[in-house]
Amino acid sequence: MSEKVLMKGNEAFSEAAIRGGSRYYFGYPITPQNEIPEYMSQEIPKYGGAFLQAESELGAINMAYGAAAAGGRAFISSSSPGIALMQEGISFMCSAEVPLVILNVSRGGPGIGGIHPGQADYNQATRGGGNGDYKVPVFAPSSIQEAVDLIYEAVELADYWQNPIMIFADGILAQMMEPVILPEFKPEIKYEDIKKLKPWAITGYGDDDANRVTVKSLRMQPEDLEQHVDYLFEKYAKAEKELVRVETLGLEDAEIVFVAFGTTARITKEAIELLAEEGIKAGLIRPISLWPFPYNAFDQISDKTKVVISAEMSMGQMMQDVKIGIGKRFPIELINRTGGIIPTSLEIAQRASEILRTINN
Amino acid sequence: MEPVYTYTKGMVRTETSYCPGCTHGISHRLIMETLDEMGKLGETIGVAPIGCSVQAHKFMNVDMCESAHGRAPAVATGIRRVHPDKLVFTYQGDGDLASIGTNEIIHMASRGERISTFFINNGIYGMTGGQMAPTTLIGQRTTTSTAGRMEEQTGAPMRVCELLATLPRAVYIERVALDTPANINRAKRAVRRAFEVQEKGLGFSFVEFLSTCPTNWGVTPVDAMKWVGEKMIPYYPLGVFKKPEEVR
Repeated sequence: MSEKVLMKGNEAFSEAAIRGGSRYYFGYPITPQNEIPEYMSQEIPKYGGAFLQAESELGAINMAYGAAAAGGRAFISSSSPGIALMQEGISFMCSAEVPLVILNVSRGGPGIGGIHPGQADYNQATRGGGNGDYKVPVFAPSSIQEAVDLIYEAVELADYWQNPIMIFADGILAQMMEPVILPEFKPEIKYEDIKKLKPWAITGYGDDDANRVTVKSLRMQPEDLEQHVDYLFEKYAKAEKELVRVETLGLEDAEIVFVAFGTTARITKEAIELLAEEGIKAGLIRPISLWPFPYNAFDQISDKTKVVISAEMSMGQMMQDVKIGIGKRFPIELINRTGGIIPTSLEIAQRASEILRTINN
Repeated sequence: MEPVYTYTKGMVRTETSYCPGCTHGISHRLIMETLDEMGKLGETIGVAPIGCSVQAHKFMNVDMCESAHGRAPAVATGIRRVHPDKLVFTYQGDGDLASIGTNEIIHMASRGERISTFFINNGIYGMTGGQMAPTTLIGQRTTTSTAGRMEEQTGAPMRVCELLATLPRAVYIERVALDTPANINRAKRAVRRAFEVQEKGLGFSFVEFLSTCPTNWGVTPVDAMKWVGEKMIPYYPLGVFKKPEEVR
């Protein structure tokens, strides 16, 4: 049954994964996502699942690959440097077409960086941090409720697309508390139904070796590999059409259009209200799917707009996609903080107002 | 009349991709024949990571997956969580297990996963063309130790059985060799024990096979077999390092 509760982000994310049907969690301690392995260690075994604290993030992603290749529904979480370590497994799973839900509670980088919120994993998430040609659908929530809904849905999406799905959150969403409506538990998948639902899974073939399966990535013949990559990209082309998610706000008469995702989008909404008090009309494009990026939403920007501003907690990694979206129709500016510093709504409003003044002059 | 020797259903009826004189064929067969005799081929899941045997799934007639280099123990651990009643094994070479995958193997052994690992030690990287491995013997020439491995530069060859034997939940550890018919018979008994340890839920089981790589050692298959006995066994002593009482 759906229920409204007050929960900390990390715990709500974990509960959403369980309710969505994830039963195998493999984790490794890293701030700011530690409440997830802690919560999972107590909760997931109650539903017949398994929690395991891995020896490293490399271990965790490969355990998740094993569990998912064997037909289980796996969920993993980490934070930026840990997600970097997992790239080997993510690339492998895309190649082998094995589903997984990955939560990145991202923090500042590069290197060890810091433990405060960041969005500088944008390129790692959307461009593929691992080797080879592959894509991972990435969704960026801007509230705990949205994160819960996306994680819950991602469990089935991963199965449907036979591909990892990433949820790109940040340390603010993970550490704050908000009222959240928890969705109902998805029906339990019986052990004996795994093979029916996932005929490709390695479960032991039973009596007839005609049912033998292998899960693999290696293709030694260039022609085979090219054919496989072409096939994967047909799938990604379909995903590019079907998985775009975006929220738009006040684009029709905006002088300034912000583009922002996650926590930054939430702060930007407040900045838009502050600008309205000054008589400046501003709108927002909030990409919820970072890949596929909602390029088409940029066609809704009207000719009244004087500037498009990318607001980010990185050095402008998303701006590259914003540029693709607007082409040469509008000037583009960046308002950003990095290093784990969260921009305030006032800061965004003031800087945006200065940018507009400069353009008008 | 009953035949004394037949094909095993455990091996796919095809040619392997291994070099002439390589012992992968023997170790593949020992494992698969044992599973066939146990009636467990359909109840087994195997993991083969990068190395010459990454495509073992083409030859071993069980459900299998490939894994990234060194990660088979982690992958097998994930499989074990979903399938508590199946037999699960990893089949790993020495570059894989004793170098890039040391973290994964040590932690699987430390957790005492109910999994069997078959470790193919031929003292060299085969698939990539004969580079030095952590198991390469002192003085042994490889493409990255052309003057012979020097201890002062690269340390001493790693004895994995002895290392793992220090972990309480690694309960069955044996080193065997594939150089003579008698040793091959002993190796088969070790495979059987490893699976029995797993079936009885006693902990982690590990069998190291001293194996050959005539191609990268630059010797004939016959000389490669002799080399195992003359050079490898003196440094890597055969025998049972640990065995639970519940297993014969």
